[in-house]
Amino acid sequence: MNGIVEIGPWRLLSAYVFLIILLLLVNRQGIGKEKEIFISALRMTVQLIAVGYILVYIFEQKHVAITLLVLLVMQFFAVRNIYDRVKVPIKKKLRHVIILSMVAGTGVTIFYFLVLVINIDPWYEPRYFIPIAGMIIGNSMTGISLGVERLIGEMKSKKEQIEGALMLGATPRDATAMIVKDTFTAAIMPAINTMVGMGIVFLPGMMTGQILAGLSPLIAIEYQIAIMLSIIGSVTITVFILTRLGYIVFFNRWSQLEENQHDR
Amino acid sequence: MFHLKNVQFKNILNINELAIEAGKITCIVGESGSGKTTLLKLFNHLINFEQGQINYRGEDLKKLDAIALRREVILVPQTPVIFPGTVRDNLQIGLLFSKKEPAADERLLEEIHGLGLYKQLDDQTDTFSGGEKQRLALARVLLMDPEVLLLDEPTSALDDNTVDIVMDRILDYIKSRQKTLIMVTHSKQLAQVAGEINITLDKGSVLSIEEVA
Repeated sequence: MNGIVEIGPWRLLSAYVFLIILLLLVNRQGIGKEKEIFISALRMTVQLIAVGYILVYIFEQKHVAITLLVLLVMQFFAVRNIYDRVKVPIKKKLRHVIILSMVAGTGVTIFYFLVLVINIDPWYEPRYFIPIAGMIIGNSMTGISLGVERLIGEMKSKKEQIEGALMLGATPRDATAMIVKDTFTAAIMPAINTMVGMGIVFLPGMMTGQILAGLSPLIAIEYQIAIMLSIIGSVTITVFILTRLGYIVFFNRWSQLEENQHDR
Repeated sequence: MFHLKNVQFKNILNINELAIEAGKITCIVGESGSGKTTLLKLFNHLINFEQGQINYRGEDLKKLDAIALRREVILVPQTPVIFPGTVRDNLQIGLLFSKKEPAADERLLEEIHGLGLYKQLDDQTDTFSGGEKQRLALARVLLMDPEVLLLDEPTSALDDNTVDIVMDRILDYIKSRQKTLIMVTHSKQLAQVAGEINITLDKGSVLSIEEVA
């Protein structure tokens, strides 16, 4: 923490001027979103203050059980977030696939990153574990949300083509091969596009934070490159598991499309 | 070949007893909404019946491997499914799905020409007319050498002249190789000419079974 300028409560308060400007402009134009904006800003403030104190506590404890509990809580909220983000109903069996993909995909990547790439000791050091797990889980969550929505949409819109393939003796896997491929691509593309703009269009949050904290940009980029590659890895694994297992839930044991039962 | 007993499917089908003979040409006729298409989908096990029993070659349909069955008992729907790609892709895909060896180009051409479809194998299929798509889908299935051919209104999008070409080819395939054909048609005339056994459905039940002399 060398050379960091502390903001302090009064100067931090002065930053709320931006919120006031926003509220005034919204009010004058009669947009009528003042309450929503106020509540959002309030939530952001309260949530961050709370998480700040929680993190201080967790960092002091350095206990493996606490770190793993935090991981569990993050996974729980990420999965719930996926359910909320996807605007169509999700079958129960697909929900299970989502949980499995998230836990397996992000779990493998988080441990690989901490143990092999950064090589921290102990591996559950919360100062590293928690922010890194957060970034990996958050990005995988976005990938899976896109994947789930795409998969459900395609299974519905391409129903005739799937059935046409089944009639010819195709396995469900062959009948949905194109859909699985499209879903996979659609879900990983945002993560890939992020890599392109990185360092030119924007400085990533983690890197900005480390630089502000006084770390050499050269060390900061090492972390950033490693974390970006891990995010790609995690998104790839989670979405791969999702698509590989996800299509199966749309078929019954006679390899019939499940929604097909109301067909004429 | 197929034997149905007390088969019920929603309020669409309600069949007490029905037997479909192997090696014969069976036509299923009836008003629209009489359950003809549903019956074909049951034979292909694309949908499930709630009650009763269907046997295929003496075995309970529900206990058979549905995928293996569909590679033997193949359904060509009234609105054919055309996959993205060329004529060749669309012909080979049936063999690919059923894990059979791909066919040589000459064989593909022979099959589409036999149905009066004179296209290049590299032609894209998205501009095909309904009748062309129907014949392409038929050619795809004939290449798969099915034991039982299930056809749903196979001539509905064809003009009179093409109907004769297509039906000649289908009947030739069935008779020369002793296969079974189950064909849904609204055309009583076609049923009289082609069918050896004609089953009339009415509101989901068998109204009559007629053997054509």
